[in-house]
Amino acid sequence: MEQMRYEAPDTVDAAVALLVGAGGETRILAGGTDLLVQLRAEWIEPDLILDVKKIPELTEISKENGGFRIGAAVTGAELGEHLGVKKAWPGVVEAVELIGSVQIQSRATMGGNLCNASPAADSVPALIAAGATAAIAGPNGRREIPVEDVGTGPGRTCLAKGEIVTSIFLPSRPAHSGDAYLRFIPRTEMDIAVVGAGVSLTLDGGGKCSAARVALGAVAERALLVDAAARALIGTPVDDAALDNLAKAASAAARPIDDKRGTKEYRIKVSGVLARRAAQAALERARQS
Amino acid sequence: MSTAEKLENGKFKWVGTRPVRPDGVDKVTGRARFGADLFLPGMLVGRVLRSPHAHARIKSIDTSKAEALPGVKAVVTRDDFKEMPSESVAAGEMMIDYRDMTRNIMAREKVLYDGHAVAAVAAASASVARKALKLIKVEYEVLPHVIGVIEAMEPGAPVLHEAMFTEGVEPTPDTPSNIAARNELGRGDVEAGFKKADIILERTFDTAPVHQGYIENHACVASVSEDGKAELWCSTQGHYMVRAFCAKLLGMDISDLRVTASEIGGGFGGKTIVYLEPVALVLSQKAHHPVKMVMTREEVFRATGPTSGANVWVKLGATKDGKITAAEAVLKYQAGAFPGSPVGPGCMCAFAPYDIENVKVVGYDVVSNRPKVAAYRAPGAPISEYAVECVVDELAEKLGLDPIELRLKNAAKEGTQAAYGPKFGPIGFVETLEAAKSHPHYNAPLGPNQGRGVASGFWFNIGGESCATININEDGTAQLMVGTPDIGGSRASMAMMAAEELGIDLDKVNPVIGDTGSLGFSFLTGGSRVTFATGKAVIVAAGNVITDLRERAAKIWDIPVDAVEWEDGFARPTSSNAGEFDPLSLADIAAMAAKTGGPIAGHAQINAQGAAPGFGTHIVDVEVDKETGRVTVLRYTVIQDAGKAIHPSYVEGQYQGGAAQGIGWALNEEYVYGEDGRMQNTGFLDYRMPVASDLPMIDTQIIEVPNPNHPYGVRGVGETPLVPAMGAVACAVEHALGTRLNELPMSPPRVLKAIGAIGEAQA
Ligand SMILES: Cc1cc2nc3c(=O)[nH]c(=O)nc-3n(C[C@H](O)[C@H](O)[C@H](O)COP(=O)(O)OP(=O)(O)OC[C@H]3O[C@@H](n4cnc5c(N)ncnc54)[C@H](O)[C@@H]3O)c2cc1C
Repeated sequence: MEQMRYEAPDTVDAAVALLVGAGGETRILAGGTDLLVQLRAEWIEPDLILDVKKIPELTEISKENGGFRIGAAVTGAELGEHLGVKKAWPGVVEAVELIGSVQIQSRATMGGNLCNASPAADSVPALIAAGATAAIAGPNGRREIPVEDVGTGPGRTCLAKGEIVTSIFLPSRPAHSGDAYLRFIPRTEMDIAVVGAGVSLTLDGGGKCSAARVALGAVAERALLVDAAARALIGTPVDDAALDNLAKAASAAARPIDDKRGTKEYRIKVSGVLARRAAQAALERARQS
Repeated sequence: MSTAEKLENGKFKWVGTRPVRPDGVDKVTGRARFGADLFLPGMLVGRVLRSPHAHARIKSIDTSKAEALPGVKAVVTRDDFKEMPSESVAAGEMMIDYRDMTRNIMAREKVLYDGHAVAAVAAASASVARKALKLIKVEYEVLPHVIGVIEAMEPGAPVLHEAMFTEGVEPTPDTPSNIAARNELGRGDVEAGFKKADIILERTFDTAPVHQGYIENHACVASVSEDGKAELWCSTQGHYMVRAFCAKLLGMDISDLRVTASEIGGGFGGKTIVYLEPVALVLSQKAHHPVKMVMTREEVFRATGPTSGANVWVKLGATKDGKITAAEAVLKYQAGAFPGSPVGPGCMCAFAPYDIENVKVVGYDVVSNRPKVAAYRAPGAPISEYAVECVVDELAEKLGLDPIELRLKNAAKEGTQAAYGPKFGPIGFVETLEAAKSHPHYNAPLGPNQGRGVASGFWFNIGGESCATININEDGTAQLMVGTPDIGGSRASMAMMAAEELGIDLDKVNPVIGDTGSLGFSFLTGGSRVTFATGKAVIVAAGNVITDLRERAAKIWDIPVDAVEWEDGFARPTSSNAGEFDPLSLADIAAMAAKTGGPIAGHAQINAQGAAPGFGTHIVDVEVDKETGRVTVLRYTVIQDAGKAIHPSYVEGQYQGGAAQGIGWALNEEYVYGEDGRMQNTGFLDYRMPVASDLPMIDTQIIEVPNPNHPYGVRGVGETPLVPAMGAVACAVEHALGTRLNELPMSPPRVLKAIGAIGEAQA
């Protein structure tokens, strides 16, 4: 009877080598809060499970160019306790902290949330709105790409065989910036986003929006960066008219399906509602920073 | 002091107090052993192969490859179960038919729902079992399927059972259909009643099937010996019922099968029938090893429970001042793949809270390609009473009356002739309404987008057969054994009643649940019967212990037994005429048992009669987010008549649990089926039961109108708490919105649709 192999290398190079050398199906294990569920449900039967939590580079948070580099295997609980990241990117941290319960938080990682490539993943719209990038290591060396390019469809990523996401980089931010993430779930906890909306914006000295990014989750095959929604804010004082336009643009960009989690037209409607509410929260934070 | 005196002046020592439950420590430390926690030497893993089709004829099943796989010890299919003639028996509050039961545990001619069992294997490990399932080749002829109740009733709908001709209609139809039966009840003349009405409302409601949602999945371990004797360990609400069903399906003598009920992690009615147990027994028989079977949550959703989804039409007529003159309803209940929905009790309960002269209720039992429904707290009642309560609320609104006042005007009281038959004895419905009216909750202010709902509910409660044994140990402690699994803290209540009767300390009574080899037949834990019926058995058994103790004291003192009385744990001479003796404690007498005739015990085997119905009234406040359709439950109060609360905390726990389940039913729980007839939300992630943070603290108020047929006045409390919840939440949501949905669940998309924020859902 064939056995499932488990490896826990302590360097990125060793990890890449193991992945490249392995035959059959391989899976990277971070917190395992998606992977173990999939294993138990018998959706996947990997031959090799490669645990990346023993690689120091993947478990550290460091400052870089005024921003933060967060190891792909840093847990939600650790991130939530990092005052620096929390102060600079409260919307990203609140998105990560929405994932699961206390138990899940002490295992779940941003790397896993991103690479699991669920269209409903909570941290991803917040990361996209933040303009985050993902660092990737693989047999052909290292590369860094915008987070929105990682997921390509449900359960699918742009990662090639042997590639690992090593970290996520959150850039430095100008004064008077704020971000926020909101998701809609019918319950209060332990649910999966029916719609998610992340907004990041910066105000100029006069209180006008000088930069903005808006992202939606759970309304397409992957999280969407919605430029039209951002444009609805830029150059405005983020007043009701601008917020209405933002909501319209968000609803227009949403292209959900009817499924067990919500109807198509419901998700379209709520995309606008949540984008508006997230923009208001981001605005409040920008004014206070 | 006699029980009557104690009741009179409320001087109970244990009854009505809140001691820690005897099973508590083991449960919080993880020592308690549930269905999956038994490990036997040589035990195999049993797994079930389930149908991927909603409806298909099984053309052939080839198990040869699976049997040849190393590590596979047995494979079973329909060929391993004998055909059963049609024979209906009571399974708790529902009826089952052995012909259907054998087909439900293992499909025969056809698979009738996604998840229907078609084969099972026993193997040395879970991974071998999994591989073996993949090697079983089943050839299906896929048939058109039907899921919804209205669709299933339509002429031309795919027919599940070619030999099903609607019962209860004259003449019997000559073509088969999915309508298993029609039933009707009523009194008076509804036509005449509606003529007297100043206002008539007619409304139609849809409810979704909901799962009982017990935390512990079905699990069992079976061990069949070569001499034909068998042992079974399982998570069940009634091990005597499991024994009867399995013995019947396997053709065994009842005495050859010993069933032990494990600790049970919830049942709510869903563990009153068998799924895995007969399969595990047959696998064990074939494999010559013990076999453990444990369902996954996905299997639980696809193949067990739930209660019916339904379509309910209600018509109410009333005079201007709010007196209901006539009531009519038509209930169409899903039964799942085999007949036997709880539409009967649904009909009986629909208008039971009200004193109405003219009533007519018609029910349809309808099969469709979904798992066979199982009992769920007050089976059938929550559905019909939800619909009726919503119309009662609308009636109050239209008449400009307070909804509690309207209910008080029509409330059933002692002596009211219920439409379903009997005259009520003492009942506490009016008391719950009065308590609700004067409750601070009912009069608290509401904010914007908030609404308050009130609804009431009724359930019969049952009695039935129960055994109890009390063995007095050598040191004067008492071993109490009953045969009804403890789902809701009943061991605590049983021990309290025994301690109260015997006059000894509660910590001297150790209550356990006996297996079927240790105690006579006890009907299952269901119908809110245990504290009433098994409690009565415990009291009778304690009385027999006391008789024995008095006889022993009489022997020790050498006086006639009539001259000895038992009071507060001591034998005393009835008067000084009988002689001067120091009182003897139970421990004193126990210590001398050997010299006075041997061990001391009391047994009882009774069929408890006189269960009294339960009535409750719920008040709930909600807030609705009109942009997202999300409903937040802000405040909830349950008021219910318990007769007498033996352990008030566990009564309150029942009230709170019922409300919590009702909130889930009202707001988010539903089965989602794909076009292919397969269930899509087979886990708690997408089958949205409420989590703790979704609920406010649920306040409770216990009303005590004693049941004259129980020594302490107990009436069942386990089921009624679910009944009013959906109506109360629906009315609250509707008051917050200013529009009525008449459909469950009131999920966010439905709420937005109801207020016109979005249009019709696109398919
Ligand atoms: C009870 C519960 C509640 C949950 N609630 C939420 C929620 O509210 N919101 C939400 O978005 N999610 C939720 N999830 C899903 C899950 O917790 C998150 O997606 C989490 O972030 C996954 O992280 P992980 O470290 O556990 O990933 P893992 O399970 O370890 O991995 C997930 C996937 O990503 C791949 N992967 C992991 N790390 C890397 C890497 N460095 N490079 C390349 N590939 C990698 C894995 O191979 C796997 O395919 C929940 C899960 C559970 C069990």
